[in-house]
Amino acid sequence: MMGFLLMLGRPVVDLIQYLGELAQLVVEVVRSIFWYRVRWRLVIYQVVSLGFGSQLQVLVTGAFTGAVFAAQVYYKFNQLGFESVVGGIVALAMCRELAPVLTGLMLTSRVGAAMAAEIGTMKVTEQVDALRALGVHPVDYLVSPRMLAMIFSMPILIAESILFGMWASKLIVVSLYGVPEAFYTDQLEKNTDLTDLCFGVSKGLVFGVMIVLISCHQGLKASRGAVGVGRGTTSAVVCASLGILVVNFFLTIALNFLWPVART
Amino acid sequence: MDMEIAHEQVEPVFIRVSDLHKQIGEQRILRGVSLEIARGSGVAIIGGSGTGKSVLLKLVMGLIPATRGSIVVDGTEITGLSERELGRHRRKMGLLFQDGALFDSLTVEENVGFPLVEAGWKDAEKVRLKVEETLAAVDLAGHKYKLPSDLSGGMRKRAALARAIITDPQGVLYDEPTSGLDPVVADSIYHLIRRTQRQRGITSVVVTHDMKSLPVVADRVLYLREGVVYFAGSPAELLGSADPVIRQFVEGRSGESS
Repeated sequence: MMGFLLMLGRPVVDLIQYLGELAQLVVEVVRSIFWYRVRWRLVIYQVVSLGFGSQLQVLVTGAFTGAVFAAQVYYKFNQLGFESVVGGIVALAMCRELAPVLTGLMLTSRVGAAMAAEIGTMKVTEQVDALRALGVHPVDYLVSPRMLAMIFSMPILIAESILFGMWASKLIVVSLYGVPEAFYTDQLEKNTDLTDLCFGVSKGLVFGVMIVLISCHQGLKASRGAVGVGRGTTSAVVCASLGILVVNFFLTIALNFLWPVART
Repeated sequence: MDMEIAHEQVEPVFIRVSDLHKQIGEQRILRGVSLEIARGSGVAIIGGSGTGKSVLLKLVMGLIPATRGSIVVDGTEITGLSERELGRHRRKMGLLFQDGALFDSLTVEENVGFPLVEAGWKDAEKVRLKVEETLAAVDLAGHKYKLPSDLSGGMRKRAALARAIITDPQGVLYDEPTSGLDPVVADSIYHLIRRTQRQRGITSVVVTHDMKSLPVVADRVLYLREGVVYFAGSPAELLGSADPVIRQFVEGRSGESS
């Protein structure tokens, strides 16, 4: 019985410890950004690297998700005679769910993995200690610029993803399946407004912050050479991906109180 | 064992370590190290692998916390300081890591100029001139645009040394500065360390396994054994010691070869 309880207890203790370490990192990042010097050159470099560099993945993901979702919805709604509402449904889904979640997952695999691997390699090759030896706090130099870059880039990436998803959906529904453009646009305008965009962007910001925190944390605690860096990178991607999916549920519930779906 | 390391009594103490203990997991690495290092002197720390030489340097730099004991550097007790307070303390010192620990995404020029930029030097031209002057001092002029991956082992060590001394620190700690280098390059590094120490009046602490380098690089030698300072004295006293433990270490004999 005791063994069973210990078996159950160990992961819980590990989880609490992990969340505590993340909370410590949050405090350190907030202190770093508001009380200490922000290295704007590094922020701009990171905006280019993680924001501009992720354009292709985000746009392709957004466009094809919008197109596929529009096609699937059209097949069913066409049977019911509601094909004109496809635009509204796709827009709503893209704004509130698909764009933030899929962009978050794409950035986790592209940006999160790179952050964990880069910082992890710096850690195991003593470059992080070299920073500290030179009187530079690793959070100031490695984490805060990435965090600010993510906060600046994420809303733009989410908006682009939504825009390309809706554009692709219109292309499929109007050009391929022949739904009149006026019907499509009318339903889109009736079913979505600015609050839906705020909904998606807010989720994206939370996911972006999570990606940076989890990835940088894994990098900073990497040890034991290449194996440790590999493990840290894998953990960063797994934890951030699962975290996004779990937090997405709670965010959806909470944000629906703040920005409920518009009545038509 | 309490050791006084001062080649002139008038010199103030730069580093004072008292009853320092360091335990990592179950392993007790340092078991009560006490020493004093005079300002401007050259000290070598020797000892077998795993006796805590590098750990001692990291403790003095404040990179890892002590389990127990006191470390006073330039009159400031550093145990118990926060990471940000330690940052201010570390700017007085330089640390040369075993593998250089150059930032691999930056060129040699950017690596060497990094401490100046972080110290708030705004004028890029002044930074460039100071970097060039320091690179020339370590015989690395002409390599400033190279990345660390394009440098040989000896050049990486020199670049790391340039980065460590560019802010004119009061002390520099060297963690096995010649590991992995051929004897000729190693000798040139030791002479460079000594020259830097004398010309700039820097306190230098060198961890080394190279017995031949001791007279070149150090005024005093500390031999760490089983977590404490086993011997402290001049290089000549160490090399002439009749103590069988010291003789075995100095002559590099394993237990099997005697």
